[in-house]
This record gives sequence, structure tokens and C-alpha cells, in this order.
Amino acid sequence: MSEFAAVAVFLLVGTGIVLFTFLLAKIIRPSAPNPVKLETYECGETPYGTAELQYNVRFYIYALLFVIFDVEAIFLFPWALVYRSLGLFAFVEMVIFITILVFGLFYAWRKGVLKWF
Amino acid sequence: MLELRGIIDAIWSFIVGLLAGLGIPQWAIELVGYALIAVVMFGVVAVIVLFLVWWERKVSAKMQDRLGPMRVGWHGIIQTIADAIKLLQKEDITPKAIDFPIHFWAPVVTFVAAFMVYVTVPFGKGLIVSDLSVGVLYIIAITTFTVIGLLMAGWGSNNKYSLLGGFRSAAQVVSYEVPLSLALLGVIMISQTLSLGTIVTQQDNLLKWYVWRQPLGFLIFWIAATAECNRTPFDLPEADSELVAGFVTEYSGMKFAMFFLAEFVNMFTASVVAVTLFFGGWMSPFGPDFGPSWMWFLGKTMFFVFVLMWFRWTYPRLRVDQLMGFAWKVLLPLAFLNILLTGLGIYLFDGLK
Amino acid sequence: MEQAAPDQKRFAVDGDDVYIDLGPGGVETPEGIYDTDRYTVNMGPQHPATHGVLRLRLEMDGETVIAIDPVIGYLHRCFEKHAESLSYPMVIPFTDRLDYLAGMNQNWSLALGVERLAGIEVPEKVEYIRVIVGELNRIASHLVAFGTFGLDMGAFTPFLWAFRDREKILDLLEWASGARLLYNYIWVGGVARDLPDGWTAKCLEFLDYFEPKLAEYNNLLSYNQIFIERTAKTGIISKDIAVGYGLSGPNLRGSGVDWDLRRDDPYSIYDRFEWDVALGTGEYGPLGSCWDRYWVRILEIGQSIRILRQAINGLPAEGDVKEKVPKKAKAPESDYYVRTEVPKGELGFYIIGSGKDTARRIKARSPSFCAISAMDAIVKSPDNPRMLIADVVATVASLDIVLGEIDR
Repeated sequence: MSEFAAVAVFLLVGTGIVLFTFLLAKIIRPSAPNPVKLETYECGETPYGTAELQYNVRFYIYALLFVIFDVEAIFLFPWALVYRSLGLFAFVEMVIFITILVFGLFYAWRKGVLKWF
Repeated sequence: MLELRGIIDAIWSFIVGLLAGLGIPQWAIELVGYALIAVVMFGVVAVIVLFLVWWERKVSAKMQDRLGPMRVGWHGIIQTIADAIKLLQKEDITPKAIDFPIHFWAPVVTFVAAFMVYVTVPFGKGLIVSDLSVGVLYIIAITTFTVIGLLMAGWGSNNKYSLLGGFRSAAQVVSYEVPLSLALLGVIMISQTLSLGTIVTQQDNLLKWYVWRQPLGFLIFWIAATAECNRTPFDLPEADSELVAGFVTEYSGMKFAMFFLAEFVNMFTASVVAVTLFFGGWMSPFGPDFGPSWMWFLGKTMFFVFVLMWFRWTYPRLRVDQLMGFAWKVLLPLAFLNILLTGLGIYLFDGLK
Repeated sequence: MEQAAPDQKRFAVDGDDVYIDLGPGGVETPEGIYDTDRYTVNMGPQHPATHGVLRLRLEMDGETVIAIDPVIGYLHRCFEKHAESLSYPMVIPFTDRLDYLAGMNQNWSLALGVERLAGIEVPEKVEYIRVIVGELNRIASHLVAFGTFGLDMGAFTPFLWAFRDREKILDLLEWASGARLLYNYIWVGGVARDLPDGWTAKCLEFLDYFEPKLAEYNNLLSYNQIFIERTAKTGIISKDIAVGYGLSGPNLRGSGVDWDLRRDDPYSIYDRFEWDVALGTGEYGPLGSCWDRYWVRILEIGQSIRILRQAINGLPAEGDVKEKVPKKAKAPESDYYVRTEVPKGELGFYIIGSGKDTARRIKARSPSFCAISAMDAIVKSPDNPRMLIADVVATVASLDIVLGEIDR
């Protein structure tokens, strides 16, 4: 696992450096807030209401699709890694698996999920 | 001769000697080593980004019949440093309506996710921080973290333009993630490894580049990677003529700089992955040990960064429904087809073990 | 269960009674309708794509725009009120500021109106010079339209290319008039001064340089597949809407209405030249789309080049450039409506003379004002079943509005 120690160290050091630059900026930058400046930007006019609203369901559906297909893509990774040693069985099984995936995509397509409007 | 590994090893053994003399245990020395490397890597990435920003301005200037930055340094080469210093001094305007923790951590997440990719990027012969056994998967996983940062920025800003931008980027990045990972599968089926270091050493001359065996896979990857970087023609999340500045609308000063930095780091990452998986990475095209490896790596990567810039300054932007339709209706079926073809190709021409 | 609205498509998912509304957002289930929030957003006055300080209040649901309410007045400068207390030659500089991208054409329009009201005939050479500077300025204005349209579509390079070439036109106009933006060159009864020596040669040189550039523009933007996909199927303005809302110029011709004041209500000497009225073709989508309006402008640049070549050839070498008009030109106590074809469309001035050297009232009819008023109708028209925010940006850009003229 020691190869992943680098990942952890990079995470800590990266976060540390970013926070350090924020701190550095905080020390040297001016700060002169006023109520108008701290208003939410909406092209120079007072905003209408809040932006925390129930948003278009389309995006949620795409997120669901992503979860389905990306998990399946991740399933394919170990398979691809040992593809050569598995022989013909691997190829046939992949054809079946991908056919199922394509059917899934086609189903979603026909359901109108891929339509934006 | 010009390989950097030797120099780094020399410095490292000096530091190890020093620390071991102080009686520090081996595992701590290793951690200190990684920390030092991380700081150096941050410097390398920062220098690369500073160069890329300047270069992008010069490339765009050339394409648009202008000069670009000319005043600060030779042909404005240190203009970006001046800009960075300016951004450091800028007032940080955080509107009242924001959700502070989300708003604050968004740039951190975005940048750190972009930076962490460099754990396993082979810059040259022996120049890899940690050749992870799951390198390709790691890169795919980590680059996707960027979208969490962008979504946080969009939601935390409590601004409708930011919200639109954040949602757009989330939908876009997750949609293109699927064809991207499927396109890389082809290379993995051929190489039978996820380690980037090994994939590079397998392509030790021009003819062994995987792009020749994966042309479709490369095309799908490259289009999807452009979309992952949020670059024109896929720059919808920050489409300035529609959403003012998208998810960065409410950011200023150093926080804005972090998003900006992350964008360029991602651009470089996309080129790095393209070069490493499809164009032989740091291997010279004329067989091993022909010229310094890190120069081959940088040269190839810069070419692909240039292609990204070329896209940006030539194409108009897609619309959001066209963008999604293209990912799901064109790229995804093509990516499936690519896997089938690759499997068939390996079976027919290479034989299976 | 109630009857579904026409835009709702219902289907059962795995036997469950789940209905998905394909309208803008929203899900309907047997328990009730879960619709997403509709919200209002300000687009402008400080927005990169509203060409100045236009403010559009957008009613949105997700990315879809349901209604548009243009709010104007951020650039109001009381042009019409000023015009009531100034003598006619003094009003001319104010017209420059209406459509500041095509000052020559605005000067010309008012000067023509006053001349017709006061019965002043202008020398032949003046007519030629007016056509030359007017058409040059038309090219400059259309170049801005081309560039900003590209910019709003996310392509930055066309903008700078257009400005590079517009700069050359401005150099020519500066040489003739002394100003680059607000010319005050066309006066009542003539032009301010004759064209300088060597000007026509330089102008021809520019035309020779510029004509091949048009093909480059087309290769860069017009025929770009993404650009066509973005613009050719959206922002459709039917003939009814175009005529009903008083659209004019390229916006009207983009919808296929064959109407150009230079031909249909001739003024000056346009009848002497050989040129065609450019019309929208609907080549890549329904007629009247954003692409059609854009394409009409590109074609008009070509026609302007044709007119310019003929006008420069026909320009008399000798002759007065000013009719003897007293400094305090008086117009009789009557009224006149003059209309000319400016780059944006039909610019009209309704002038009521007072018998003195000032007008009782000058009312400007500006083409951009009519164009922007059609926005809500365009969004709600059945030709555009769904307009996304990006389509609104494309439509506003394709209408080529100038705020100086809308707010006056």
C-alpha cells in the first residue's frame, strides 16, 4: 500500500498549499466591504429571489444515467485487464455484456431520457 | 546524459543521509520525501501553468492578428506572473447570500483534485512520483472530483448564473466521463496493465504507439477530454455570453485564481493522458534512449495543449442539449463499438494467451 | 387523473404509474405534480451578451426560457427633447449617437429629412459621396454584427478579425471626416468637406483587400457545423411576426420579406447602381432563423462592395459639396416623415417644422427598438417550441440591436 502514501501526501500538501495562498492573500489584500458590494451579482440589478431552487429534473436523470453506465464501465476494467488470459470466453462474455449495456442505452433513448426538453 | 532522474537521486540520497543521521525512522523519511516531491511538483505544475497561460495568449494573438502581451519581460513572458501577483492582492468579495463553507472549499477541491493527478504522471524516464498499479483508473477517478468542486461553486454561490453553470458542468463532465473511460478500455485491453509507467515502456517506438491500434478510441478520448476540461467548444459551464462567468461569477481574487489554475492544469492533464496512453509518453519515437525523455514528454504534451487552444480559438460553442446528445447518442455507442472491435482485433490478430 | 397537457408525454416506467412531463422540467406522479421552480433572472444591464445596457427579464424553468420582458432606458439621453431646442445643423451630431456604429447613415437620414422638408436640392457630387460613406459605414456596422454574433456563439476569433477590418474602414472615414465614430460629416445641404485627394484610390485598395476576406469569414464561422446547428434552427421569426412588429432591414429580409428602402422607396441615387436585395434563404433550416438574418448581413456586405465600386467610378471629379444653405436653415411649418435604410433597418425621422430654424418636434423611429420589442413574441411563437437561454442569446445577437438607438 505504500505507493498510495504518495496520494495521501499529495492530498495534504495540495490542500495545505492552497490554504496557504489563501492565507497569504488574506494578509496582503485590502478589504473594504459594503452592502452593495456584497449583494449577489445578477447583472447589476437586485436579484429576484434566491438561487436555491428546485432545478430542472433533466440534470438529475443524466446523473442517474451516469451512475448506471459508469459503474458498468468500472466493471469492465478488471475484465479488460485480464482479457488476454481469459481466452475466447472473455470475448463472448464481453459481447453479451456490452449488448446488455447497449440495450440499456437504447431503452433510455426510447424513453426520451436523452432528450433535453 | 540529460536525464533528470540521476540529479534527483543524488539530492535525495543526500537528504536521506542527513535525516537518517538524525535518527528519524525509515517510514517518516519516506513521507518527508513524498512531501518534498509534492511541493516540488506543485512548483512544476505552477510553472507549466504560468507558461501555458502566456502561451495561450500568444497563440490566440497569432490567430487573431494581434501581438498579445508584449510589455512585461521578453514578449511578455512574465506577464502571467504579474497577473498572479495582481490576483493575490485583489479584494476577496464574498457576497452575503453565499453558503460559506461550500463557497470556500469549492476552489480548494477543484484545484487539489486537478493537482493530485500528478502523483502518477510519468514525466520522463524514472520521473514518476508513484507508479500506481491502478494508474489509469486513478486518473479517471481523480479528474472527476473536479466536478464536485464546480458543483459546489455553483450551488454555494447562491447565484442563478453560478447555479446554471454548476449544473451544466456537472451534467457535462459526468456525461463525457462514460465515453472517456470506455475509450481508455481499448488501450488497457491491448496493454494488459493499468500502470502508466508500464504502458509507456510498452510503446518504445513510433510503430508501437497505441494510437495506430486505437484510432477510434483516441478520437473518442480526445473529444471527451476536451469536454472534461470545459474548453471551447464545450465551455458551457462558464459560457461568458450566456452565464456571465458561470460557476466563477461570485469568485474573485485568489479563489478565482485557483479555478483558473485548475482549468489549465486539467488541460495539461488531458494532454498528458493522451500522450501517455496513445503516443508513447516520454519514449522517443525512434527507439529508447534517443534524446532526453522528459523533453520528448513535454514536446508531445505541448503539441496536444496547442491542439486544445486551436479548438478554442476556432470553434463556437455547442448548446446544452446538443452537448448531451452528442455524448450519449454518438460518443457512447462509438465507444461500445470500439471495445468490440478491439476485442475482436486482439482475438484475430494477436491471439489470446 | 386529469387529462395531460398537450406538451406532456406520459409513459409508465416498469408498470408503475410514473408520468414524466416533457415540458420544461417537472414530474407528475399519481400523488400530484412535482414541478420544478420557475424563476426570474435578470440578464443585463451588465451582461456580456446584451450589447450594451439592455436588460432582459427572463422567466425561466431550468434552462428553458418561458417569457422575456425587455427593460430599456439605461442609456436614455433625451435626444428627441434636445432636438426641439436646437437648430437643424446642431441636431445632426446627436444623430451620430443614436446608432453609434453607423453614424454616417444616421446623419444622412436626418439631413435628408430636413432637405426634403425645406425643399433643398443637393449637388450630384454630394449624392455620390453620401452613398460612398454610407455604404462604407454599412459594411463597418455589419462587421460588428458579424463579430459580436460570433462572440455570443462563443467564437472569439471572428470578433477580432471583424474589428481588424473595420479599423481600416474607420481609418478611411476618419480621413474624410476627421472622426472615427461620431462623424457629423453629412450636413443639411451637403457634406462637411470634399473627400481628400487620393481617398478614392485608398478606398478601392481597401475593397480589393476586403473582398477575399469575406470568404475567410465564411470559412471560419458561417459554414461551421456547430455554428449552423446553433443558429439555423432557432430564433425563427415568421413573416407575420416580422411584419407585425415592424421589423426592418436585415431582420425583415432574413424572414424572406423582399423589402429594402433603397430600392422600394428610393432616395439619393441608389437607382443608378446595379445591386441586389439580399434575402434570407432558409438554407439550413426554417426561414427566418438566426442564421438567415446573419447570412443576409454577410450578403449585404458583398452588395455594398458592389455599390461602392460603381459609386467610386461614377464620382464626379469637380463640383460643389455644399449647397448654399444659410447657417440657420429654416424649415416651413409643416411635417415630413423621412425613412432611410440604415444598417439596422428602417430609420425614420418624423420632423415637424416650426417655420423657424428649430423643429417643433423630431421623432425618431429606430429599427432596433422594434426588433427588441419582438423578443417576447419570438419566444412564445409556435415556431420556436423551446427556447433555451443560449437560443435567446443567439436571437438577441442576430437582431443586431444597438442600445444607443433603442433608448435614444
